[in-house]
Amino acid sequence: MIGTLTFKDGSRFDGQSFGAPVPAAGEVVFTTGMTGYPETLTDPSYRGQILVFTYPLLGNYGVGERIYWESSRVQAAGVVVSHYIDTPSHHASRETLAAWLARHGVPLVEIKDTRALVQKIREEGTPLGKLTVGRKDIPFEDPNVRNLVAEVSIRKPVTRLPGQGGGKRHVVLIDCGAKRNIERELLARGLKVTTVPWNWRLFNDQRSHDRKTVDVIPGRIDAVVLSNGPGDPKMVQETIATVREALRREVPILGICLGNQILALAAGGDTYKLKFGHRGHNQPCTLVGSERSLLTTQNHGYSVSKVPPGFRAWFTNGNDGTNEGLIHRTKPFMAVQFHPEHTPGPTDAGWVFDYFLSRI
Amino acid sequence: MVMKKPKKILMLGSGALKIGEAGEFDYSGSQGLKAFKEEGIRTVLVNPNIATIQTSPLLADEIYFLPVTPEFVARVIEKERPDAIALSFGGQTALNCGLALEKSGILRKHKVKVLGTPTSAIELTEDREKFAQHLRKMRIPVPPSGAARDLAAAEKIARRIGFPLMVRAAFALGGQKSGVAHDLKEFREIARGALAVSPQVLVEKYLHHYKEIEYEVVRDRADNCVTVCNMENMDPLGIHTGESVVVAPSQTLTNREYHGLREVSIRIVRSLGIVGECNVQFALNPNPKPGTLSPDFYVIEVNARLSRSSALASKATGYPLAYVAAKLALGKLMTQVPNQITKVTTSFFEPAMDYVVVKIPRWDIEKFRGAEERIGSAMKSVGEVMAIGRTFEEALQKGVRMLGTGQELAANGFSSRDLDRFIDVPTPRRLFALAAALKKGKSVEEIARRTGIDPWFLDRIRRIARLEKEIGKKPFSRELLLTAKQAGFSDARIASLRGETRERVRAGRLRLGIRPSAFQIDTLAGEVPARTNYLYLTYNGAHHDVRPIGRKGVMVLGSGPYRIGSSVEFDWSAVHAAMSLKRFGKSSIIVNCNPETVSTDYDVSDRLYFENVDIETVLDIYEFENAGGIIVSVGGQASQNLARGLAAAKARVLGTRPEDINRAEDRGKFSALLDKLGIAQPPWESFASIEAAKRFAAKVGYPVLVRPSYVLSGSAMSVCMNDSELNAFAAKAAVVSREYPVVVSKFIEGAQEIEFDGVAQEGRILISAIAEHVEFAGVHSGDATIVYPAPTLTPGERAKITASALALVRALRVTGPLNIQFLVKDGGAAVIEMNVRASRTFPLLSKASGVNFAEEIVAAFYGKGRRRPMRHPRYVIVKSPQFSFSRLTGADPVLHVEMASTGEVAAFGTSLHEALLTSVLASTSFKEKPRAALLSIGGEDNKRAMLDAAEMLHAAKFKIYATEGTAEHLTRSGIPAIPVHKTYEKGRTTALSLIEDKKVSFVVNVSDKEGSLGKKALRATDGYLLRRAAVDRHLPLITDLNLARAFLTGLKRHPLSELPVRSWGDYLGKK
Repeated sequence: MIGTLTFKDGSRFDGQSFGAPVPAAGEVVFTTGMTGYPETLTDPSYRGQILVFTYPLLGNYGVGERIYWESSRVQAAGVVVSHYIDTPSHHASRETLAAWLARHGVPLVEIKDTRALVQKIREEGTPLGKLTVGRKDIPFEDPNVRNLVAEVSIRKPVTRLPGQGGGKRHVVLIDCGAKRNIERELLARGLKVTTVPWNWRLFNDQRSHDRKTVDVIPGRIDAVVLSNGPGDPKMVQETIATVREALRREVPILGICLGNQILALAAGGDTYKLKFGHRGHNQPCTLVGSERSLLTTQNHGYSVSKVPPGFRAWFTNGNDGTNEGLIHRTKPFMAVQFHPEHTPGPTDAGWVFDYFLSRI
Repeated sequence: MVMKKPKKILMLGSGALKIGEAGEFDYSGSQGLKAFKEEGIRTVLVNPNIATIQTSPLLADEIYFLPVTPEFVARVIEKERPDAIALSFGGQTALNCGLALEKSGILRKHKVKVLGTPTSAIELTEDREKFAQHLRKMRIPVPPSGAARDLAAAEKIARRIGFPLMVRAAFALGGQKSGVAHDLKEFREIARGALAVSPQVLVEKYLHHYKEIEYEVVRDRADNCVTVCNMENMDPLGIHTGESVVVAPSQTLTNREYHGLREVSIRIVRSLGIVGECNVQFALNPNPKPGTLSPDFYVIEVNARLSRSSALASKATGYPLAYVAAKLALGKLMTQVPNQITKVTTSFFEPAMDYVVVKIPRWDIEKFRGAEERIGSAMKSVGEVMAIGRTFEEALQKGVRMLGTGQELAANGFSSRDLDRFIDVPTPRRLFALAAALKKGKSVEEIARRTGIDPWFLDRIRRIARLEKEIGKKPFSRELLLTAKQAGFSDARIASLRGETRERVRAGRLRLGIRPSAFQIDTLAGEVPARTNYLYLTYNGAHHDVRPIGRKGVMVLGSGPYRIGSSVEFDWSAVHAAMSLKRFGKSSIIVNCNPETVSTDYDVSDRLYFENVDIETVLDIYEFENAGGIIVSVGGQASQNLARGLAAAKARVLGTRPEDINRAEDRGKFSALLDKLGIAQPPWESFASIEAAKRFAAKVGYPVLVRPSYVLSGSAMSVCMNDSELNAFAAKAAVVSREYPVVVSKFIEGAQEIEFDGVAQEGRILISAIAEHVEFAGVHSGDATIVYPAPTLTPGERAKITASALALVRALRVTGPLNIQFLVKDGGAAVIEMNVRASRTFPLLSKASGVNFAEEIVAAFYGKGRRRPMRHPRYVIVKSPQFSFSRLTGADPVLHVEMASTGEVAAFGTSLHEALLTSVLASTSFKEKPRAALLSIGGEDNKRAMLDAAEMLHAAKFKIYATEGTAEHLTRSGIPAIPVHKTYEKGRTTALSLIEDKKVSFVVNVSDKEGSLGKKALRATDGYLLRRAAVDRHLPLITDLNLARAFLTGLKRHPLSELPVRSWGDYLGKK
């Protein structure tokens, strides 16, 4: 079956359709990662986006069990790749990529010249587009006017305990579309992790300075982690308010990706939309004031434009100089624009978790 | 801790191209020199490889054509007083030399700092046992192993670990003398071989059918690390990565595996304190215990220097590893080195590829008589190609064509029995056998089980095989044609499957508007706009990344993969030709597909197409670029062969007209021309039947030389001593070429062979040089020892040669390069061959004369050449061949009309013998303080001719051992010689035991007349055993009478420690 990617400007690209024979609309973005497509496609930050993979082959090692996923479902609205591989080979493979996407109702269209798409996206800046397969058409849709975070966040808090001996310290992970590996990384470091919905009221008495008084969640909060997530940070005013309260109570905070932007907004900074965002596994970041740099996984369309008072830039992007992290000058408040939990991508930034925990 | 910038850096090259250490080090050395030069640092280079770009006067300030040995380099250090030395750009040769200099205290004594990675780290990685301990301490798994210094200890380790075992020699290039042992007998054989070349043998668990994965890691002094590229070997562990089809990036690894291994490779590099580049190789279990998330792996090798893999990674990604490594060695950070491709980002990043790269090795095993075809853990390939596509199929099929062997992937030429054998036994033919088997319907599962090749690759190859069937059967639609092109099928293959001509398929394709897209390699998968000129073609695209250059663009066709007969010397000519186009207001467009070359560095040309040099691709590029012309005459015979097809397609070939090229190359036409011009030539005849040939041979008398019309590196060329040898040739030649007639000529014995090289313009010679072979005619010019200026030519002979050359050049209206080979005997000069292209000797003679021939070629194309008198030099330069026989188990190391050398070196001197001795030292592993020699001379004439030389050897205080006949002859003539029995005899010193125990420092073995065909019993001869033993024990071996005499004379006249250490500039008098 033929599938078509249509941009809002009317340009069309045809190709063979795999995956679900359903239409999808959203923002068209590209990722330059060369591996880790199951992780990428289940990353909630891709909610509402039609994802173009710049690496031309996709599906090589099929899709494994849920342990390889970053959430319980495929989050991207649609997938575009140059050459789909329907003969996967891997000991952990359980199904083909196309079968998996079909099961999750997500279309995949094979468009040969994905390089032309990248150039278009790069020049026009995340245009709106839609994938249509067969006759059924749908209107264009800007996902950023929706509260995407609300769509991907969990409904009820969940608490998980680490393996033997841990769990003395308790972290609350505010789920704005958290990748599973954030929780895994925290558990692996011996923390008890309670994941709460994006708009959960963390503190029952907004005036209290007591860290222990928490709404519903029993026990004291030692730290708050703000997760990654899709869309415009300014859509999640309730989360921003919660963070503002946590700042006031001086609960240690680590923000990741969208969490970086939320922390900036909560502390009096500002954010803006990048022309076409950073999506890939090779984004260089420099630790400000040092000679050290690291390679990071990124997936964001928005960035911090104004560093809030009391904070300084923690990391900057080696390619375009944009902000890649914030850290408070004296207090344990910090955030990174990249993904220290990786999956997919390089594991260089795992120490960010360790550093944060050393500051609790 | 920013280091002080050095003022003068000494760089060590890798010497001659050899199996396991080839052109990749011209690339890395050139980039390193460039990086140092940009910083305003003076550079001194020691490298006897005269055919390289790095030894051209573009980069280094001083160049020494001297052996890369501790003795010579120590003397260069004393003379030049550098304050730093770069060891990681010249392969294992440079590294070993540098470690020896460090150990002996020379570097400390002269305050020479080692740049980049500390020597302690290099030593650790080179000692496998210590390194394994180091990794175990870091809880990084290494295969169970042990190291031993003798056979008994090795066997003990073998019993402890259990079979199968991998056995390797420590401190050796490219997996030399290593192999898989399944039992004690095999084990002993391999271990003994390893201990012969190395003081240490490593025994380790053989990981059957594990995947082999490599990472190229870069680290700077601030501990920042990136992995520029990972690569997956298609062949499983057990096939050396240099022998394997390699794919970048990895195709079958999940994120956990990819990044798990990446993290480990970075941990290792950090633990070693590498500054620069390091390669880490892993064995990855394809079938680990169910439920394991993180990779189940072992580290199998670490190379703390630039390597073949790093050259490949550079070309595969566009990340200039050697250049960046050089900058980091000076103390820069990766963030301080701009990304050379994007210009707006830095070198601290990991390239994102939006294409697939496939590397395929190029073997020439069949060129070596007696050599084993089986491949394994030791390198045998002589070169490689790299293909870029947007599907694996596209890249793989391109790569197969780039090999230049005329084969197509799924062309089915195997019988079922053959097929089974070639699937089970890894050889250069396995890739083709896989395709053939899949085409015949064998299952992917079965082949995967038998070969250990991941089904992913086999499924892709099966798709190609299935498409072949469809192309042959189905009515031709635009869709099918496009699908075929997207899967990498050539017009020629499609034509042959459909029973049409290539031209028709092409015309039809163009009519349907199916043309390849020109895409950039931009390191960031299009994320950032790049102005790079690094391009490839793909049918998996619908736009071009660049605009055509137009008429001022001139295409320069490169040499393709390095192989016997076509090597770095053609890259030298191509690079210089491309660079000099600028002087004439032209833009250069290089087409080449060899990742080991400098011509495929993107900053050498205005545009680089990393593409196949064949008619289809060259025309596609020519038409897209709307180029003004094509240079076919600098990339060797393969590119020259395209001239006719290009002319037929109305493309403009620069220089000598294609019809005139043909007049020089078609033996019949050329011979008629010689007759017309009254130029002597050996009697010859073209023959179609064996009977006619025999009648001719009877008439002129044996021996005769037989060959097909179009000759590359003497392939299928042979000397026949009698009728039965001629029969054998006829049987072979019928397969080799049907299109062109085969020629028999009288073989003249005892003649001098002369090389006449020049550049002409409109039939007039502008510059020329005459060089002479040391060996008599009959040794291929690629294998000959060549001297400039010609030492024995009389003025009369010289005049004859020059007159013949002038007449030929005029008659063929030559514009551009030319090479004529003459035979000189008894005052006469006969022409045996003419090439109207740059020859193998162009870089040699350019550097010998100080006049760059390749630059003159381009001047001649534009009518701007000047006639230049060539100064007769006050020095002598000698080129010696480099052989890689030790790599090729079974091959007979003796010289023929067919070429067998893999590289060459050259040295200057004030006399012939001085230069020759230095040159021989540079191409062999000669001991600095030789004491004894073994002579074994066949034939009475030869024995007599050797007397004076043996006398000199004796006078030079050498102990002479000689085989019985030779010893008797020597003693009779008053030269003391210790007689030894040729082959093994219990309890006695024999020629073989002398060699095995390394009691002699070199071996001279000249056999009596021997034809090159039909000797079935070859292996059994004593001479063969002796030669093979010498090669296997890494002893210098001389098999030619003239060379032996010259060498022994040199040894007498010039004590090795007194050979002069003078730079090229010193000789040319340019200071």
